[in-house]
Amino acid sequence: MGQRIVIAGASMGGLRAAERLRAAGFTGEIVAVGDEPHLPYNRPPLSKEALASEVTHEALAFRLRPAVADVTWRLGVPVVSADLAARAVRLGDGTELAYDGLVVATGMRPRRLPVPGPAAGRHVVRTLEDARALRAALRPGVNVLVIGAGFIGCEVAATARTLGASVTVVAPEDVPMRRPLGRDLGAALRRRHEGHGVAFLLGRTVRAFLGEERVTGAELSDGTRLDADVVVEAVGSVANTEWLEGNGLELSDGVLCDEALRVEGRPGVVAVGDVARFPNPRYDGVPRRVEHWSIPTDTAKHAVVTLLADLGLGDPPAGPFAPLPTFWSDQYDLRLQSFGAPVLGEDDIRVLEGDLDGEVVVGYHRDGELVGVVLVGMASAAARYRAALTRASVAA
Amino acid sequence: MRVIVDMNICKDHGQCVFAAPEVFQINENGKLVYVAEPDESLRDAVEEAADVCPLQAITIEG
Ligand SMILES: Cc1cc2nc3c(=O)[nH]c(=O)nc-3n(C[C@H](O)[C@H](O)[C@H](O)COP(=O)(O)OP(=O)(O)OC[C@H]3O[C@@H](n4cnc5c(N)ncnc54)[C@H](O)[C@@H]3O)c2cc1C
Ligand code: SF4
Repeated sequence: MGQRIVIAGASMGGLRAAERLRAAGFTGEIVAVGDEPHLPYNRPPLSKEALASEVTHEALAFRLRPAVADVTWRLGVPVVSADLAARAVRLGDGTELAYDGLVVATGMRPRRLPVPGPAAGRHVVRTLEDARALRAALRPGVNVLVIGAGFIGCEVAATARTLGASVTVVAPEDVPMRRPLGRDLGAALRRRHEGHGVAFLLGRTVRAFLGEERVTGAELSDGTRLDADVVVEAVGSVANTEWLEGNGLELSDGVLCDEALRVEGRPGVVAVGDVARFPNPRYDGVPRRVEHWSIPTDTAKHAVVTLLADLGLGDPPAGPFAPLPTFWSDQYDLRLQSFGAPVLGEDDIRVLEGDLDGEVVVGYHRDGELVGVVLVGMASAAARYRAALTRASVAA
Repeated sequence: MRVIVDMNICKDHGQCVFAAPEVFQINENGKLVYVAEPDESLRDAVEEAADVCPLQAITIEG
């Protein structure tokens, strides 16, 4: 009998892993288990294009290559536990599934604010259903309170403004997108948002939500009271790793992997996508999770080679996993692109081209060396900077 | 092999350019231009480009 690989999590990371397994010639059984009822779909538009128009699975679904036509998709059912020693997972419907190889691809879920108040009227944006519910609530003239000034919060703020809502953003940092963009660029982007009519109340958090059955407002840490018809919590995310508990793994922030993306010390188990915490020798070798859209594809490529080698079906990867992080964000007509690791160069930030209130290229340096670049607009310069960062070998 | 980019969806991300520079380019105006019938030898690169397009705007026929 052929070998079986179970993929836990049926989103982008899971799909890319399945594709890579087939591309590498794996002919055994592939079972992908996902707790969402849908085949894999694309999440970034959920705070952007799709939220602005219509949220349908049809428009967001990834194309399924013919090579993955024989993957068994077990959808709408979670993996509830795993016994890595016995090589088996248990599903929410009681099914036990034995495996030879396991791919951890369960991603993240939004963090919720632990503050008192009614639940109705509070939204997050991670799934199709989340975005659909928020879309239905975003009518012209409604008061939207966005909590969190990271990328998703700022994207939702921009989309809600475009749809005619009044928008206030509340967050503890002093400028939006403070990390990783830095204070000056964050402040410039704040001015853009304000130009579109978004109000910012920064340096504050939410103490309580107001209202009886549904949210009618919020009380902030400084005592300010705000009216709100719709609240969006965009305050970061939590890794979906509870199902891996009891196996002695390091799960404090995602699942800790080695530089081959193998779950530490567990041959035959690899992790891909947002949930994987891996060292990147391109930088300092400190294991980190990376919540970028490019990561499921990059990690799947490498992790599958590791997995098949562990199963005796191929050679191990030629070198360590050392991706160049890339990220983008769309807000109004602004396209932000980030390459490399701006966070590592926070102490030495320079404008390389353009100006902060127009199109701009910002460079982030460590020990005088360029480690990250963020472009606002300037699309035709992206390839040049990306190539420069790919070439740069950054020592720890 | 035929490449079709849905220009109503494409937002000139240029991710496809990194994957298959022989087929996709961003011109001086920041707009995507591409070869509609690339050589078969570029199939892997084009598949990769279709995968990495953030808007999933690229389809491959044939
Ligand atoms: C609104 C939004 C906007 C974004 N915008 C951008 C952007 O502009 N640029 C960018 O670079 N990145 C962006 N991202 C990030 C990007 O979408 C993610 O990095 C990517 O989706 C990660 O894919 P993944 O497969 O690792 O995880 P996920 O997509 O989270 O998939 C994990 C899957 O596993 C399922 N699952 C969880 N637990 C279990 C379990 N126990 N059993 C079975 N299944 C389980 C989940 O339901 C989910 O379907 C955005 C993300 C969001 C949510
Ligand atoms: S990656 Fe997609 S959106 Fe970007 S230029 Fe290419 S086709 Fe257009």
